[in-house]
Amino acid sequence: MIMTDIIIAGIGQTPVGEHWDISLRELGFKAIEAAIADSGGLRPQALFVGNMLAPNLSRQAHLGALLADFAGLTGVEAATVEAAGASGGAALRQGYLAVKSGFVDVALVVGVEKFTDAIGSGVEAALATTFDSDFEAVQGMTLAAQAAMLMRRYMREFDVPADGLSGFALTAHANGASNKNAMFQKAIKLETYQKAEMISEPINMFDIAPNADGAAALVLTRRGLLPIGFSHPLVRIAGSASASDRLALHDRRDPLTFHASRITVEKALEQAGISFEQVSLFEYHDAYSIYAALSLEAAGFARRGQGWKLAQDGAIALTGKIPCATLGGLKARGNPGGATGVYQAVEAATQLRGQAGANQIAGARYALIQSLGGPASTAISHVLERAE
Amino acid sequence: MTIPDHQPSQTLLKPTKPVGIVGYGAYVPRYRLPAKEVARVWTGGRAGGLPIEEKAVPGLDEDVVTMSIEAARNAMKRAGIDPAELRAVWVGSESHPYAVKPTSTIVAEAIGAVPNTQAADWEFACKAGTEALVAAIGLVGSNMAHYAMAIGMDTAQGKPGDALEYTAAAGGAAYIVGPAEESLAVIEASYSYVTDTPDFWRREGQKYPEHGQRFTGEPAYFKHITEAAKFLMESNGTTAKDYKWGVFHQPNTKFPQRVAGILGFSPEQIAPGLLVPVIGNTYAGSSLIGLTATLDVAEPGDRILLVSFGSGAGSDAFDIRVTEKLLERRELTVKTQDYIARRTEIDYATYVRYRGKIAMR
Repeated sequence: MIMTDIIIAGIGQTPVGEHWDISLRELGFKAIEAAIADSGGLRPQALFVGNMLAPNLSRQAHLGALLADFAGLTGVEAATVEAAGASGGAALRQGYLAVKSGFVDVALVVGVEKFTDAIGSGVEAALATTFDSDFEAVQGMTLAAQAAMLMRRYMREFDVPADGLSGFALTAHANGASNKNAMFQKAIKLETYQKAEMISEPINMFDIAPNADGAAALVLTRRGLLPIGFSHPLVRIAGSASASDRLALHDRRDPLTFHASRITVEKALEQAGISFEQVSLFEYHDAYSIYAALSLEAAGFARRGQGWKLAQDGAIALTGKIPCATLGGLKARGNPGGATGVYQAVEAATQLRGQAGANQIAGARYALIQSLGGPASTAISHVLERAE
Repeated sequence: MTIPDHQPSQTLLKPTKPVGIVGYGAYVPRYRLPAKEVARVWTGGRAGGLPIEEKAVPGLDEDVVTMSIEAARNAMKRAGIDPAELRAVWVGSESHPYAVKPTSTIVAEAIGAVPNTQAADWEFACKAGTEALVAAIGLVGSNMAHYAMAIGMDTAQGKPGDALEYTAAAGGAAYIVGPAEESLAVIEASYSYVTDTPDFWRREGQKYPEHGQRFTGEPAYFKHITEAAKFLMESNGTTAKDYKWGVFHQPNTKFPQRVAGILGFSPEQIAPGLLVPVIGNTYAGSSLIGLTATLDVAEPGDRILLVSFGSGAGSDAFDIRVTEKLLERRELTVKTQDYIARRTEIDYATYVRYRGKIAMR
C-alpha cells in the first residue's frame, strides 16, 4: 500500500441535459456539493475548474473565484483550465499534479458547461473559437463540418460502408438507457440510424454528440489523508498524460491518425504498468463517431482503418472485449463541453467501485479515459485503477 | 371572519357579477400554404417531421383590421345586440397594421360601436386576445359595462426559412362578454400565470420575430400552460375528467397534444379545437379560434377548459360552461369549419407575393 497514491475520494454529477433554469454557478455547485459529500466531507485546498465556453456563452470568466465563493470555499486556490473539449481532462490533470506534488493535500476538480445561455449560431460561433481562428474558423468551418470531412476521408480510404460507423451510436444509446444522468436514456435501432437526418454529410444526427449542460466534480487526495472510516472502494489515478498536436487539422501529415491521443495512452499505460490488453473499459471522447473510431486505433485497440469494426462486431459493448462509452459516452450521456472529461472520470470511478448497476463491467480493474480538444489537437488520458 | 374588500392575489379571478359569452365569431382567410411547399423551397423537400399540414394565408387586401371586423360581425350576429351597447372593443394581436393608431377604433367604427366605447389594442404575443377577454370580464363583471368585445386576431410573421414559416398563419376570433343570464356559455373563473421569460420576441421596427428555439418549449409553453391550468383546476376542485373539452394554445400540432396529455386530457377532448394542423398557428387568435370551433359542436352543460399562451411569457386559463342558448345562436352565422372548408391552395411564390416578402426596392 502506497500512502502517496492519488485517490479519487469523492465523485459528483448533475444530470446532463438542457437545464434552462439552472445557472452556470448552480450547476457547478450541485456537482461540488455531491462530490464533497461523497468524499466524507474532505475540505479542498484548491479548486480546478474545467470549462470551455463560459466567457463566450454566459459572459462569465473567472470561474475559479466564482465557484469557490458560491460553494463556500472562499480563500482556496482556484482557477479555470481551458483546453477546448479537453478542458475537463485538463482540470483533472492539474488537480492530480497538485496533489501528487505535495503542494496541495485535497484538490477539487469540477467540470462545468452551460450551453443553454446561448442558442443556434451563437453556440456554433462560440465552438468555432476552439479552432485555429486565422486558418480554420475564418473559412466558415464548423466542428461538425470538419468531422464530416474527416469521416468522409476515413470511409473512402478504408472502404467503410455507408452505415459502417453506426455501431458507435447504437452502443452509446444502449448504454445510456440505464444511466439516470444521461441526456438520452433510450436505445436506438440500426434502422433509426440509417434513416436519420444528415447534419453534415456523411455525419448524421446520430454521429454527433449533443451539446448539453452539466457539471461533474471529483475530490482528489493522497491515500494517507483519507478520512477515517472512508467507505468507498478505493480508486486511484494510476496514469496521467497530456499532449498537443498541430491545432489546424490541415497542418498534420496524416489527419487520420490521432497522434496526441496515441502518445498519451502510451504514457498513461506505462505509468500504470499495464498494456492495452489489460484495460477493462475505455471511456473515449466520441464527440463524433469518427473520433471514437480514430481513438480506438490510436490507443492500440485496432489497426489503422479498422476501429469501426470493433463497434460493428460488439467488441465495444458492455460484454465485449473492450467496453466503451459504458454509461452512454458523449453521444447518449451528452457532451457538456468542459465538463465532459470530468464526467468520464466520475463514470470510470463508478465502474471501478462496482457501482455501475446494470452497466457494471464485471471485475473492472483498469479504466482508460480520454478527453479530446478538437480532433485530438489536445489529448489527455488517464488510467484509473481499483486499488487494493 | 372579515371579508376582504378585494380578492387576495392567489385566487381565481371571479367577477362580482356573473358573466359569460353572449356572442362569438371566427374568421379564417381563404388561402392555404401546405407545409411541404415551404419544405420544397427551403429544405429540398425533406418531408419528415413537418409541424402541420397547411396554414391559412391572408389575401392581398386583408389585415388584422379587416379580419377582426369579419369575426366581430359574426359575433354580433350571434349576440343579436345593439352595437351601441358595446362599451369596449379590444383587439389583441402581434400584427396590428399601425404602430401608432389603434386597430380597435377602426373595428369599433365598422360595427357601429362608436363613440361611447373603450377602444384599445392589446399586446402580449399570442395571449393578447385572452388578456383582452380577462379585461372584458372585469369590465362587465364590475357593472361598468353591459357588453364588451375582445378579439384575438393575427396575420402572423415568420422569417423566410425559419421554423416559424411553416406555421405562422392568419385568423382569429371575436367574443362579446355580457351578463351570465344572457350567455351562451358562462365564464366561471379565470386565472393567469405570468413570468418574465424571453422565449420569443420582436423589437420595434423588426419585420420578423426571433425565438429561443427549444427554450420556447419546456420553460415557456409547457411551464406556463400547465401552471395556469393546474392552479385553475385545483382551485375549482376539478380534474380533466370534469371537462368535456380542452383548448390549448397551438403553435404546432405536437405541443397542444403533449400539454393535453400532461394535464390528463384525452385526444378526443381536444379534437374539435385542434385546428393548427389545417390553419396553422394564428398567434393571438390561436386558442380563441380553437374555442369557437369547440363551441360550434358543444352541448349545453359541457364544461370547457381554455388555456392560452403568450411568449414573454404567460398563460390565461378559463373555466367555461355551455348553456342552452348556444344551440340556437350558433346557427346564426358561419361556423369555424365553414371557413376551414373554404380553401384555395397557393404555392410559395404566391405566398411571398401576398405576404409582401419580395423587396421591390
